[in-house]
Amino acid sequence: MERKFDEELKELSGMLMKMGSLAQTMIYKSIKALADRDRSLLKDVYTLEDSVNLLHVEIDDFCLKLLALRQPQAGDLRMVTAAIKINTDLERLGDQAVNIAQRTESLLERPAIKPLVDIPRESTIAQKMVNDSLDAFIKKDVKLAEDVLTRDDTIDDINNQVFRELLTYMMSDHTTIPIAFDLIFVSKNLERIADHATNIAEDVIFMVIGKDIRHHLSIK
Amino acid sequence: MTKKLVIEHLNAWFGTIQALKDINLDIEENSVTAVIGPSGCGKTTFVRCLNRIHEVVDNAKVKGNVLLDGENIYSNTMDPVLVRRRIGMVFQKPNPFPTMSIFENVAAGLRLNGTKKKNEIADVVEKSIKMAALWDEVKDKLYKSATTLSGGQQQRLCIARTIAIEPEVILMDEPASALDPISTARIEELIQQIKERYTIVIVTHNMQQAARVSDYTGFFLLGELIEFNRTSDIFTNPGDKRTEDYITGRFG
Repeated sequence: MERKFDEELKELSGMLMKMGSLAQTMIYKSIKALADRDRSLLKDVYTLEDSVNLLHVEIDDFCLKLLALRQPQAGDLRMVTAAIKINTDLERLGDQAVNIAQRTESLLERPAIKPLVDIPRESTIAQKMVNDSLDAFIKKDVKLAEDVLTRDDTIDDINNQVFRELLTYMMSDHTTIPIAFDLIFVSKNLERIADHATNIAEDVIFMVIGKDIRHHLSIK
Repeated sequence: MTKKLVIEHLNAWFGTIQALKDINLDIEENSVTAVIGPSGCGKTTFVRCLNRIHEVVDNAKVKGNVLLDGENIYSNTMDPVLVRRRIGMVFQKPNPFPTMSIFENVAAGLRLNGTKKKNEIADVVEKSIKMAALWDEVKDKLYKSATTLSGGQQQRLCIARTIAIEPEVILMDEPASALDPISTARIEELIQQIKERYTIVIVTHNMQQAARVSDYTGFFLLGELIEFNRTSDIFTNPGDKRTEDYITGRFG
């Protein structure tokens, strides 16, 4: 039996997908602005942030109404609580993109100290993680969500490598410090983006099979 | 956990129609167990088998064991009246004795069970009405007819009447379905309070009520027990798709 509530849950999924795609665009544009040294892309990032923030509030409000009025149970309950948590992660994704955009503004004021290699690689993996975690959500695909989780270590490794490399630049030439510093932050932002994708993937697994796998803890 | 009731291979019929099919489950002492399921699933028949009132209906038949503290209530040596004393019941519609006063309604069971001392009866009546969270509302009119009370008050009076003879298990068959939300909340609160002393089995149509008051939930469908588990598991992560479909309102 198709319920009116099913339509509302679909609407909720739709809102999250919209917010997810906006956040993804923000990440994409902020990193592209840095890689291509194209300041014009940054304006979009700030504009999109307003839309993401609006959805953040709208989705929480919608979830609160669903909890109060529909009193969901079982899979429905897990879906709504997962949506509330994913909503927070998506908003943070947008924030990380804004942070990258701000660092990029400062970076574009100075010449590059080196060609970017690891950061674009880190960003490709992180963006794919975000994309796949959202894909796993909409398809209720536990396998894909689990696959996202396995990629987090690679991101951590790249982030550490970026830090070590830029440290050598800073030690040999102190004039590179402001630039290296900004790049380290961008790498850290990407690492955080991968963490949010990981959170979303964990929420998807809980939503679909009711198993909480976070922190390798088992409550039951 | 102490098992207060152990139900083994319980089957029940109305004539040729089988209402319960091979039910097996344990009921923990001092817990609240909710029985849920769509109309006609056998949940009322199930609780009526737990204190031998199913067999009172013409052509009704029961097979299987119900162990109360390890003793089979269906064994030949068991007196059904004694079983019903130890396993009390509260029905859907409040059914106080209409010709009796509030006081007499609660005292009646005691008198039937042989208690004669006046002050002893008065003590138990007061204690029972207090435990049923009704005392403050009726203490000044104990000798008025029970029918002067509201539906919710009448139901709490019936609970007081059940409590008065100190049963070990209380069966409740939709005790709040005829009551307004405030009275319902009172009954639910009461269930939570008295489970320290009794073992409670409650049949309910109201899933939120099962979720709120019970520790364990059994889901019945077409005479079968589909799933029995902790209430917190049933309502967050049921194991059977049919349970999920029922509690999320996809059928039923």
